[in-house]
Amino acid sequence: MRTDAGKRPGDGRQLAIEARGLVKTFGETRALDGLDLTVPAGGVYGVLGPNGAGKTTALRILATLLPPDSGSARVLGHDVSADADAVRGKISLTGQFTSVDEELTGRENLILLGRLLGYRHTDAKLRAGQLLKALGLTDAGDRQAKHYSGGMRRRLDIAAGIVVTPSVMFLDEPTTGLDPRSRNQVWNIVRTLVARGTTVVLTTQYLDEADQLADRIAVIDHGRVIAEGTPGALKASVGSGTLRIRVQDPAQRFDAVRVLTEALDVEVQLESDPCALTARVDDSERSVHALGELMRAGMTPAEFALGQPSLDEVFLALTGHPAESAPDDEAAA
Amino acid sequence: MTTDVPASATREEPIDYDMLAALDAGERPGRAGGFSASMSHLYRAMLRVKHSPAQIIDVTLFPLIMLLMFTFLFGGALSDGDTGAYLQFFLPGVLVNTVLMITMYVGMGLSSDAEKGVFDRFRSLPMWRPSAIIGPLLADAFRYTMASIMMLTFGLILGYRAEGGVVGVVLAVLVLIVFAFCLSWLWTLVGLVMRSEKAVTAVSMMVLMPLTFASNVYVNPATMPGWLEAFVSVNPISHVVTVVRGLTSGAGVTTGQLGLVLAEAAALLLLFGPLTMRKYRTMN
Repeated sequence: MRTDAGKRPGDGRQLAIEARGLVKTFGETRALDGLDLTVPAGGVYGVLGPNGAGKTTALRILATLLPPDSGSARVLGHDVSADADAVRGKISLTGQFTSVDEELTGRENLILLGRLLGYRHTDAKLRAGQLLKALGLTDAGDRQAKHYSGGMRRRLDIAAGIVVTPSVMFLDEPTTGLDPRSRNQVWNIVRTLVARGTTVVLTTQYLDEADQLADRIAVIDHGRVIAEGTPGALKASVGSGTLRIRVQDPAQRFDAVRVLTEALDVEVQLESDPCALTARVDDSERSVHALGELMRAGMTPAEFALGQPSLDEVFLALTGHPAESAPDDEAAA
Repeated sequence: MTTDVPASATREEPIDYDMLAALDAGERPGRAGGFSASMSHLYRAMLRVKHSPAQIIDVTLFPLIMLLMFTFLFGGALSDGDTGAYLQFFLPGVLVNTVLMITMYVGMGLSSDAEKGVFDRFRSLPMWRPSAIIGPLLADAFRYTMASIMMLTFGLILGYRAEGGVVGVVLAVLVLIVFAFCLSWLWTLVGLVMRSEKAVTAVSMMVLMPLTFASNVYVNPATMPGWLEAFVSVNPISHVVTVVRGLTSGAGVTTGQLGLVLAEAAALLLLFGPLTMRKYRTMN
């Protein structure tokens, strides 16, 4: 066990998840190829990777839905194979696809889950009302879930996942396909869950999302972890992204290229927009310095932006290949 | 801030207090027992009927159509013009046929669940796993009962008389429901393996149609060629029909006949029950 990776600095809390050498194949596809994962208890752990990287498969194994071909995993100390029922008593899983009965109303779904978890009918009813209120679904509570919007459906999914407050919550791409407003709502719910003490493990295809939410990130490619660390460390290892500048006058452009090349020490590219320049930059400090140099040379930019590296750039930097979708194991899983 | 709360919790937006209260109240109750969990799945099945009452059609109108069709369309030809006599012979058979045809819906329902995320939700709960299968089967027991009542009521209106009396009829329906419950485990397995409602329907029909027709449901096996008569005599559906006919007509059944049906039911349950649960545990 790599204890250095397992514990957050300064606290001796137990591990939420400890997975070693997980392998899972579906026919020809090797969805997981020796995946190791160490998730400390508390906080948000982001699992980042393109479609087909094995994120969903990993989550399904950890949530006891799928037995691994080899390797082992423990959730809060309980083995997912030998002690699956104890694991189920601590976790909840909200999948990529709606995990409620769409023929039932939101309220009925929550009452059903409450009863399955051991509440008496009247308590389950009370609990359902409470959860609908917390997730802003009170008005929609008595409509069939199939008539919900994407954002409402996702919130109902999450409500279904917290009928009993879980110790570990798995969220599989919780914001995929959501509009920005709904995405922010989901992010807030995640933050509240964490504040209350739940460990959240979420998969995402968006570096931005992992950066916003996660305390630590594992980057997965072809069923293996290829990088692990805090978002800051990860981004620093990749470079902070792209500096994009628009000069005020196209005539200044070549002078600007000279100044920026010198200040940044990287190649500066001309865009099709006659005023625009872009450069891949390693760190933001250097970009700020370059902007200063540009202004000192009398070419105050009309616009500038420092974009985060995209997932593609992260992959390119970490693996040397772009984050293309592998044959889709996520759908098969 | 405190050192206790991870950075992810304090960044940006304020904490939502409704949410926090809901999370605080989310203490885990005592674990639901197997019976309670099965009842909750039954509750789900009932809610689904409430939302789409059309599901009831196959247990109300279908028996009526079968009954009218066979009595008046084929009854005369099959029974020398005496539709009344044919009804007397045919009703117990069509009762068995109708109920056994309804058993296949459970497979269709499960395969449609398995395609969606709701199955993952159930499978990730700390509950007695067979309840997710037994609940829907209990709901089906209601459907079998309802179909039986409809069939017998329509039969009475058309002139059918059960000489076996109320006791005979109730016993016959009980035997039929027990057999149907056990047979259903074949369809739950098919439903979990096939993963497509259409495929499940096709397979179920392919099995059930020949078995119900090549039986003593519709005609006396003595009228058939020898090889077919031999098949009919070992067809478990014929055995069920024999028992149901014997109980409803008052002619009675032998211990051997009843024992055979119960043994066949037990065999179905013991074979397909564990296979279904194994598939349920290990499905992707």
